[in-house]
Amino acid sequence: MITYTKRFDSRKFDETRPMEAKVGVIKRADGSAMFKIGKTVAIAAVYGPKALHPTYMRNPEKGILRCNYNMMAFSGTGERIRPGPGRRSREISLVTEKALASVLDLSEFPNTVIDVFIELIQTDSGTRCAGITAAIMALADAGLIMKDMIASVSVGVVGGKVLADLNKEEEDFENGAVDIPIAITHKDNKITLLQLDGLIKKEQLYEALELAKGSCAKIHELQRKALMEKFTQNGI
Amino acid sequence: MGLIVQDKQFVIPGDELATGIDYLPANGAYREDDKIYAAQLGLVNISGRLIRVVNLSGRYIPKAGDNVIGKITNIGFNGWMVDIGYAYEAALSLKEATSDFIERGSDLTKYFDFGEVIVAKIVNVTRSKMIDLSMKGPGLRKLKGGKIIEVSSSKVPRVIGKQGSMISLIKEATGCQITVGQNGKVWMLGSDFNKEMLAAAAILKIEQEAHTSGLTEKIDVFLRGSIK
Repeated sequence: MITYTKRFDSRKFDETRPMEAKVGVIKRADGSAMFKIGKTVAIAAVYGPKALHPTYMRNPEKGILRCNYNMMAFSGTGERIRPGPGRRSREISLVTEKALASVLDLSEFPNTVIDVFIELIQTDSGTRCAGITAAIMALADAGLIMKDMIASVSVGVVGGKVLADLNKEEEDFENGAVDIPIAITHKDNKITLLQLDGLIKKEQLYEALELAKGSCAKIHELQRKALMEKFTQNGI
Repeated sequence: MGLIVQDKQFVIPGDELATGIDYLPANGAYREDDKIYAAQLGLVNISGRLIRVVNLSGRYIPKAGDNVIGKITNIGFNGWMVDIGYAYEAALSLKEATSDFIERGSDLTKYFDFGEVIVAKIVNVTRSKMIDLSMKGPGLRKLKGGKIIEVSSSKVPRVIGKQGSMISLIKEATGCQITVGQNGKVWMLGSDFNKEMLAAAAILKIEQEAHTSGLTEKIDVFLRGSIK
């Protein structure tokens, strides 16, 4: 078995790819944000609360959250995932919705819907995590009531090594890679999304979770900075 | 123990605001165990023992007592439906619309027709956000002519200014009649088109620079410069 001693892009094992965040990228949306991690770029837009159709989906006690995850037609290299709507994007939309809904309080908006559109304009790996990270900033930008922020990152095991934020090359590692997308709330480190693809030892999973916490804390700082830049003079 | 943030500090959801039981969470804040956290992005406002977070963005949320500007979208047997910029329309009943005697089955369009714009007061909002309007009160009327622009509802206090200082500044400088709805819709009617445009430009400038200080002076300079 080939051991993985040095990462393809010579990052440290606990280091994420270079990140960038910006809030208010879409003028006509109620809230919007962009999050870029390595070559992956996600844009999220929030619209609402607005009237919900079909009416049978309405909940008279609270509003509902509706997410739509989409890789844009030109986004990837085209060799693995076919962009656009499909089984995969439908599932990711659903898990994103569940990950975000757990911090939101929509009881102020009965019978309405909050629409979240996540568009990936460039994809490498970790798209659902980038999408969630952008979406929660957009939701905060939209002035919605929520108890906490969420940051999301993928961690994994490649060639026996536990590492943070796998890139595409690592995901496709020849001896198999374990990919674990995680979303964690900031305040009390609660997990709102955890998926796992591959086989992993219990100890390594714990190690991976610890790594995810550290990376998410860094992402959270970036989120705060981006939100601050939009709303305060000179970012003070 | 005590406060962790300062008045007017920018916070994001989940930020710790205070510890202990000396303070109470109001709008935009919540308590968990012995700590108070922000539940909203915004600026901290501390008044006495209350900590609240004032929102800086978001759509208009209807509140009883607000004066709003809306458009008639539907006419029923006993009233009108009005679009006030929330997810669902508000209802204006016959009783609250006029004190005239209206015979059963008469044509309601002679009071308010489709597409007409009114200033109304929200008298009641139910828990499921059904909204009742009234036309009984000072300044509540049908708006004829003029132009309407939209600003974010969270910027409305800035557009009005302290004791209406900002809005009366614009009214004086442009000679326009201006009505500001709490829902962010602003109506203006001037003696000519250019004056209306100037008033609109000033209001949009306020919205854009709402977070800066010394705004009234800036707008004063802007209006003086434009009138010459």
